[in-house]
Amino acid sequence: MNRSIIDLWVGFFVALGIAAVLFLALKVGNLSSGHLSETYVLQAKFDNIGGLKARGPVKSAGVLVGRIADIRFDPQTYEAVVTMNVDGRYRFPKDTFASIYTAGLLGEQYVGFDVGGDEKMLQPGDTIAKTQSAVVLEKLISQFLFSKAADGQDSK
Amino acid sequence: MSSDILVDIEDLHFNYDGRPVLQGINMKIPRGKVVAIMGGSGCGKTTLLRCIGGQLRPTGGRVRLEKHQVCEMSESELYRLRRKMGMLFQFGALFTDMNVFENVAFPIREHTDLGDEMIRDLVLMKLEAVGLRGAHRLMPAELSGGMARRVALARAVALDPMLVMYDEPFTGLDPIALGVIGQLIRKQNDALGATSIMVTHDIHESLLIVDYIYFMNGGRVVAEGTPDEIRASKDPLVHQFVYAEADGPVRFDYPAPPPAVEFLNRGAHA
Amino acid sequence: MPDPLSPFRKLGHATVERIWRLGFAARFLFAILMHSGSSFRRLHLTLREIYFSGVLSLLIILVSGLFVGLVLGLQGYETLQRYGSTEALGILVALSLTRELGPVVAGLLFASRAGSSVTAEIGLMKATEQLKAMDMMAVNPIARVVAPRFWGGVISMPLLAAMFSAMGVLGGWLIGVVFIGVDDGAFWSQMQAGVDFRYDIWNGIIKSIVFGFAVSLIAVFEGFDSVPTAEGVSRAITRTVVTSAMAILALDFILTSFMFRGTS
Repeated sequence: MNRSIIDLWVGFFVALGIAAVLFLALKVGNLSSGHLSETYVLQAKFDNIGGLKARGPVKSAGVLVGRIADIRFDPQTYEAVVTMNVDGRYRFPKDTFASIYTAGLLGEQYVGFDVGGDEKMLQPGDTIAKTQSAVVLEKLISQFLFSKAADGQDSK
Repeated sequence: MSSDILVDIEDLHFNYDGRPVLQGINMKIPRGKVVAIMGGSGCGKTTLLRCIGGQLRPTGGRVRLEKHQVCEMSESELYRLRRKMGMLFQFGALFTDMNVFENVAFPIREHTDLGDEMIRDLVLMKLEAVGLRGAHRLMPAELSGGMARRVALARAVALDPMLVMYDEPFTGLDPIALGVIGQLIRKQNDALGATSIMVTHDIHESLLIVDYIYFMNGGRVVAEGTPDEIRASKDPLVHQFVYAEADGPVRFDYPAPPPAVEFLNRGAHA
Repeated sequence: MPDPLSPFRKLGHATVERIWRLGFAARFLFAILMHSGSSFRRLHLTLREIYFSGVLSLLIILVSGLFVGLVLGLQGYETLQRYGSTEALGILVALSLTRELGPVVAGLLFASRAGSSVTAEIGLMKATEQLKAMDMMAVNPIARVVAPRFWGGVISMPLLAAMFSAMGVLGGWLIGVVFIGVDDGAFWSQMQAGVDFRYDIWNGIIKSIVFGFAVSLIAVFEGFDSVPTAEGVSRAITRTVVTSAMAILALDFILTSFMFRGTS
């Protein structure tokens, strides 16, 4: 077969392959939007992290601002230590509130930053002081049932 | 004069899986001659050719080609030596994914830096010599057996080798194609000033074109001589071969125990 | 008289044979790597093999990818709608394809389409003494025939796997968004939020590169090692397809257990 025709087809083939990789990277994956090129580390301690997973999202005002790098158990304080990689473009005030939320009723859990009003900003490596643990569904339900039961007793 | 001897084979032995194939071959192949090595199928002729080309390493003995000891050469030295050799394989062994032109051009492209124009001229010249210049665009599958053999011949001599080896060049050809190939082998040899070794069992064609004949049987050289000497030979084996007799020193039967033993003891087998 | 030890003898023979072949394959790979210079110095040799193993596999890969995506879309929708989370269809399709189905199915298709033909070609070249003829012409068949086919396969495979995954995502989108009516924005945004380039897509690409190496090595090795008869070549082709499939699935398990361990 003619060499130049083969060259043409192979060129076409390789271009198509690269286009597919780019499509996967930019359109399917998060390389375009959620790509965290420069990050800094923040830590937060929670009493209970529920079903939080490493690589889960960190959001502020619903926007992805980082990812969870690591989750450890601290044997001194019996708390969960969550290490997060936060996008270098964003800085958060010292009194930022880190909470664990659930996307939808049964969706994945993520860390949400509720921003405070402090002048000073969190520096790389800082630990967020104010945290709120995950809402555990069983606790919520039992609380609800207890309060209902208490109501019932009162009305008698 | 040893310089007149291009290939000198001394006491060559070769075992295949412990089975002796060559058992002490001695041959001297003079420069510029066409030499035939003959013998029945399976007598080790092709193995001998492989040993000369360095594709097989003998278990004993020596092969000297010019001043080189073929059996002691490294891979890269062998490759350098093989550029001066050509070989025609039994069924041509043309590259089926290339057309006739590219097949003949293959060794030239691989071993020289000649430009396309130059290669084109060389290839067409070689094809002209075997009468197939007009077929240079065909694919090997479109060629008849005789034409394929001629293309393979053109390819074998593409680099003007000093030694050309032919492995059963006449197998499966009709009498006309057979005669054509025979004449071409002789003509190419003389035109190039090359030396040719031909392994074959076609005695009549060989007697017409070669200068010297070795007869092999059971891994040994059993007779040798010029075509005239062979024709006149009283040796029963040569006689059987030349006159194509079914039985003689070369046995028709494959070695087996006597029939009585095998047929009567059938019960013991089952 | 039947030999009571003969089953053990056969087992021992088979084991020794296997191990010997494994060692031979490793040496063969080493020889290919040693003689790879000309595959890249004379690039057209390798380009030609990319044409045969890559370009000619394009159609089957694209069509299969599309259909796998369509089926994933349909089945995924069926299941997800029971939990009222059909907008997660995009992430389901994309993760299944980029992590697993893309590399694995493309690898299996590649082995049966391109791997088998490479084995057949090399096996037939061996059977018709073309390799010996080349060797006699002082051209190393490993450098001239085997290495370009090996590298052609290694280069083609990841590209084909990426195309397969991309086609599959488009197929899932076609079913989910165009035919069923899942929200287009939710489909893509959920997908982008859930598929990490370095984690999911990159690991998928690494898998496809590993499979490319494995299938290409098996294909050229089986061809080169085949018994030079019509029957021997056809058995070698069968072995290529079977061994490649086993290798892909086994390697996939090993790679997955290393790549996606303990997270999400």
